[in-house]
Amino acid sequence: MVETQTALKTRMEVKNLNFYYGSSQALKNINMPIYDRKVTALIGPSGCGKTTLLRCFNRMHDLYPANRYEGEILLGSESIFNMDIIDLRSKVGMVFQKPTPFPMSIFDNIAFGLRLKGIKGTELKDRVEKALKDAVLWDEVKDRLKDSAFSLSGGQQQRLCIARAIAVEPDVLLFDEPTSALDPISSAKIEELIVELKKKITIVIVTHNMQQAARISDFTGFMYLGELVEFNPTEKIFTKPDKKLTEDYVTGRFG
Amino acid sequence: MSRKTLRKLFSNFMLFVSFLTAAYGIFWLFWILGSLVVNGFRYLSPELVYLDPTPPGEEGGGLRPAFVGHLIITSLATVMGVPIGIMAGIYFAEYGRNSKFFMTLRQITDIMVSTPSILMGAVVYAVLVKPVGQFNGFSGSVALALLMLPVIAITTDEMLKLVPKEMREAAYALGAYKWQVIKNVVMRAARVGVLTGVLLGVARIAGETAPLLFTSFNNNVLTFDLKDPMASLTVTMFNYVMGPYHYWHQQSWAAAFILTMGVLLLSILARVLLHRNILEPLFYIVRSITSKKGG
Repeated sequence: MVETQTALKTRMEVKNLNFYYGSSQALKNINMPIYDRKVTALIGPSGCGKTTLLRCFNRMHDLYPANRYEGEILLGSESIFNMDIIDLRSKVGMVFQKPTPFPMSIFDNIAFGLRLKGIKGTELKDRVEKALKDAVLWDEVKDRLKDSAFSLSGGQQQRLCIARAIAVEPDVLLFDEPTSALDPISSAKIEELIVELKKKITIVIVTHNMQQAARISDFTGFMYLGELVEFNPTEKIFTKPDKKLTEDYVTGRFG
Repeated sequence: MSRKTLRKLFSNFMLFVSFLTAAYGIFWLFWILGSLVVNGFRYLSPELVYLDPTPPGEEGGGLRPAFVGHLIITSLATVMGVPIGIMAGIYFAEYGRNSKFFMTLRQITDIMVSTPSILMGAVVYAVLVKPVGQFNGFSGSVALALLMLPVIAITTDEMLKLVPKEMREAAYALGAYKWQVIKNVVMRAARVGVLTGVLLGVARIAGETAPLLFTSFNNNVLTFDLKDPMASLTVTMFNYVMGPYHYWHQQSWAAAFILTMGVLLLSILARVLLHRNILEPLFYIVRSITSKKGG
């Protein structure tokens, strides 16, 4: 444990972040680090702001008007609010709650982000294959790369979305309840995949499922009513949390 | 009688009344279609398509200028109306959603769908016929293009709105620009619906007479020149039906039959495309056969 503690490097850092949907404040003064090549889980009851926080990391909120950020989020040493949004999103990828395959072939789905970066020809093919292998989907789809992505099962579709996100080699990958629409076996596969992916990529995951957070994350942030109540190593959150509120939540006394 | 039986009775009574009203409407529709099929089919002949009209009163001849003119006018209208309609729909759905001005425009487009088509003819007459000094085929196409434009714009808008927000977000999350998201993901997801709108738009204009009366007018001679008056099936039918000769009426029947069948086919095609799952088993069979052949 001591070794990993000293090797910790901060990949992203949230500083005094407030976020507003129009006039209603959804996040209140959030401060937390996202450690490099670790899995950080965000837990908390519905409406606590965990998905809102996640969507700040790649500025997904910019798509809709009247959303407003205050404070700072750093990626490395650069403020994400000063970055070009296209650059930011190719460095900080996202996987959504429901699988979101595009209406095109399996190959074209993975190639989508790569083509946006101008990658063509054999390099494109190699990168697609690599992404599918990294997402442990290659063996299931290698013979039908030209088929529609909708022909895959729900769990396969979600791994396709993960493959699509890692194909562009992001530094950080955001997961918004990636298993809540899947059956237990597919969920287990996604969880294994996340643990595997953290060797290369920093991961932030929002989850409703506390066992999942406990199983796969290294750090956990507990949020309540738009505030980050506690941020600590996962083990500590689930065994002896600093705050009474956290303990009440993880032991199932409310939520 | 208990309250329950009363309610049941009332329910059945209302059901019967609505059945009657529906039957009343459908009865007349089938009456029209039936007489069209019976009379139209009887007078169908190949000469109708490839012969020019004879001088009035002289039996025989065909409606070649009208068939050719109709095809030219509607095709040109489609070429002009479809891209503009689709682009307007894209703007409504993807860019104008938060602008009061464009949402008002969207409402007006809704109203435009039900504008009396003769009004469109009058407008185009004032702009493209009066200043030139003669009826011309081009102005007919413009009038029809203006008529199909709102139909296509609204269907495109509605279809794009059906594309889930998550699919757009997923594309943005990969670092795509807005136009890339629209072109590569949203339009692709909605293409069947958009195509349906296009077909409905074409079906809408294919049977129009009123706007053409003021614009392309009519011509007894075959012409490809858009600066000249140009015959169309609908205007020719209108004139022939009003005319005194029996063979004119017969030719009108046949032309009406062909036109109706054309529009019907387009509508069916549109519906099949929209509810493609009806034919999904068929596609599956075709796919499995072709893929086996391929290797």
